[in-house]
Amino acid sequence: MEGLKEKEVVLDVKDVSVSFKTNVGTLNAIRGVNFTLHRGETVAIVGESGSGKSVTVKAVMGIKSANEKINTGEILYTYEENGEKRTVDLLKFSRKEMVEKYNGKHIAMVFQDPMTALNPLLTIGYQLTEGMMKHLHLEKKEAWARGEELLAEVGIPNPKLTMKNYPHQLSGGMRQRVVIAIAISCDPDVLICDEPTTALDVTIQAKILELIQDMQKKRNISVIYITHDLGVVAKVADYVAVMYAGKIVERGTAYELYFQPRHPYTWGLLLAMPDLNTTEDRLYAIPGTPPNLLKKIIGDAFAPRNAFALNIDFEEEPPVYKLSETHEVSSWLEHPDAPKVEMPEALVRRIARMTGTAKQKGGLANE
Amino acid sequence: MSERSSKIPLLEVRGLKQYFEIDRTHTVKAVDDVSFTVEKGTTFGLVGESGSGKSTIGRSVIRLYNPTAGEIYLGGREISGKLTAEKKHYLTTKMQMIFQDPMASLNPRKKVIDIVAEGLDANHLYKDKKEREEKVYAILERVGLNHEQANRYPHMFSGGQRQRIGIARAMIMEPEIIIADECISALDVSIQAQVVNIMKELQEERGLTYVFIAHDLAMVKYISDYIGVIHLGHFVEMGRKEEIFDHPVHPYTKSLLSAIPEPNPLTEPGRKSVTYDKNAEGVDYTKGKKNYLTETHMVLATEEELAQWNA
Ligand SMILES: Nc1ncnc2c1ncn2[C@@H]1O[C@H](COP(=O)(O)OP(=O)(O)OP(=O)(O)O)[C@@H](O)[C@H]1O
Ligand SMILES: Nc1ncnc2c1ncn2[C@@H]1O[C@H](COP(=O)(O)OP(=O)(O)OP(=O)(O)O)[C@@H](O)[C@H]1O
Ligand SMILES: [Mg+2]
Ligand SMILES: [Mg+2]
Repeated sequence: MEGLKEKEVVLDVKDVSVSFKTNVGTLNAIRGVNFTLHRGETVAIVGESGSGKSVTVKAVMGIKSANEKINTGEILYTYEENGEKRTVDLLKFSRKEMVEKYNGKHIAMVFQDPMTALNPLLTIGYQLTEGMMKHLHLEKKEAWARGEELLAEVGIPNPKLTMKNYPHQLSGGMRQRVVIAIAISCDPDVLICDEPTTALDVTIQAKILELIQDMQKKRNISVIYITHDLGVVAKVADYVAVMYAGKIVERGTAYELYFQPRHPYTWGLLLAMPDLNTTEDRLYAIPGTPPNLLKKIIGDAFAPRNAFALNIDFEEEPPVYKLSETHEVSSWLEHPDAPKVEMPEALVRRIARMTGTAKQKGGLANE
Repeated sequence: MSERSSKIPLLEVRGLKQYFEIDRTHTVKAVDDVSFTVEKGTTFGLVGESGSGKSTIGRSVIRLYNPTAGEIYLGGREISGKLTAEKKHYLTTKMQMIFQDPMASLNPRKKVIDIVAEGLDANHLYKDKKEREEKVYAILERVGLNHEQANRYPHMFSGGQRQRIGIARAMIMEPEIIIADECISALDVSIQAQVVNIMKELQEERGLTYVFIAHDLAMVKYISDYIGVIHLGHFVEMGRKEEIFDHPVHPYTKSLLSAIPEPNPLTEPGRKSVTYDKNAEGVDYTKGKKNYLTETHMVLATEEELAQWNA
């Protein structure tokens, strides 16, 4: 890591909490999320399904459901305009202001469910060129040509034909690539990718990840990457944030998270991931079910599923402990008076295997 | 699944073609002469390039499309051809599909309980309201969702939760075979493990059969007995999973295996995968024939190609 160079904060997400009104009560989806994104870097958000990853990044985009309420927090975005630096709180803007001014051009997002991001009644070409004509002021013909180029860049085999297609005529992975092409079409500062490659085969996935990394190098854009694929995280992330039940329970560099994980939920995640050598009869799954967010959560939300839970875990929310400049964990196990708990044996072995392979392959790329 | 097997397979697909006419000048040959068989109680993994025809195969087999050509047999009975009411009933009770795009396949105006019970309702598979409810709750619990969630609408769920609604909807029918199209890709690894464990349990308990379509090759390797690698609508390689993973022959299979990202931040950043460009290498799938290297291991190639790839 560079370390010394002063890093520029692009996005500072501070204590954001969000709830939804439902017919069965109020659901507290996000309960105080904090993270920062630096210029040119990638933060990956991983974690439980339903833990609030998509809701968090949609808040950055200014996308809210009708029954959604942002209770606290600010999302500070710093950018340059006419040679001047400005910092604004994105949560202060209306949806309309976000669309007019920030979405697409400054902050763009690749949505998890490509079908909901695309209009079924409009051709791919129309949807891909719309933003470029509006934000980059391209003529229709230029935008169309650029659109074809973008489709080729994301690996669509027949861009000319695809421009004329409607979304339902494309395969899942082709739709996903169209959405990626739309997101990068207006040269954003911040690119948010919510499960951008889940519907892609690994060769195309590799290509897309390389494309995003290239853009990142060339244009110094910052990326937030949500994925369940810990292989992808290992490939792209500078920092990783682990979410559980509406909170970030641990964050750190990719190295810290994979090799020195501290939160028992992170341990569970790492253990549950199969690799090509897995042959056990059953895969490890974290026991129990995630908490019901309709109820008030007391203590550490993970406690009921945590074999290492202390009494206090059921009573009081753990504070955030800083383990290094970059590594933070919210767990009572870090309290000086807590009993010393070792990570599970299986995980120790797995980590040893990972460092082992790394040494064999000629050294550590990332320390 | 070998074409020479003597047992009657549960699913047999012969010469399936599915073409789509885009306009007068363009026809997409999404699936072009595909044959495979799946034995009862086994899992057939279907992997391949995005857009290569995997979902289309599933949708044609379950008769959401009218196949352009080919024959399909389920439990020895033909399910291709004209779709009679009787055939349709046979199909829906024996075969279910979990769809790739969860939001697009769930009716946004229906509550989850009614979505999951759709198949039960259509085929009158319960005595009373109470039994219907119990069945839905039981299956939701198995996929890690709770009762309270049964009365919500799909848009109130996260991506992974929606995917599980789709899984529950298929499993509640207790079919003999499930076509699972990317059914775990939106789930976190722990819930993936949970779902895959349930799938295996059901397989052991009831001899359930799966066609498992996925891009996560570690998972495909873990769950499948046989694997078919598909590229541009053709099976380029097929075999037992060990044959595919330990002795891949086709360059597309090799490039696929080399592109699997390893969950290791020490080795993964900057690692480049082997690329495969069929045109650059001059491979023509319509010229190749099926070569059986073993009873089960098939590679699509001309003689020269096979010699070259084996070298
Ligand atoms: N419009 C809504 N109304 C009610 N609840 C909602 C709504 N949108 C999201 N939720 C709930 O908020 C929580 C967080 O959802 P979110 O989509 O952020 O999860 P996620 O972490 O992205 O999960 P996944 O990995 O499955 O995509 C979930 O429990 C979900 O059910
Ligand atoms: N209804 C349709 N009309 C026209 N073309 C279609 C239709 N459905 C699929 N196709 C085309 O058929 C080809 C195969 O699509 P399919 O969805 O089967 O791919 P896939 O292997 O499932 O890909 P992915 O991994 O991206 O989901 C694609 O080129 C797609 O554009
Ligand atoms: Mg999500
Ligand atoms: Mg598909």
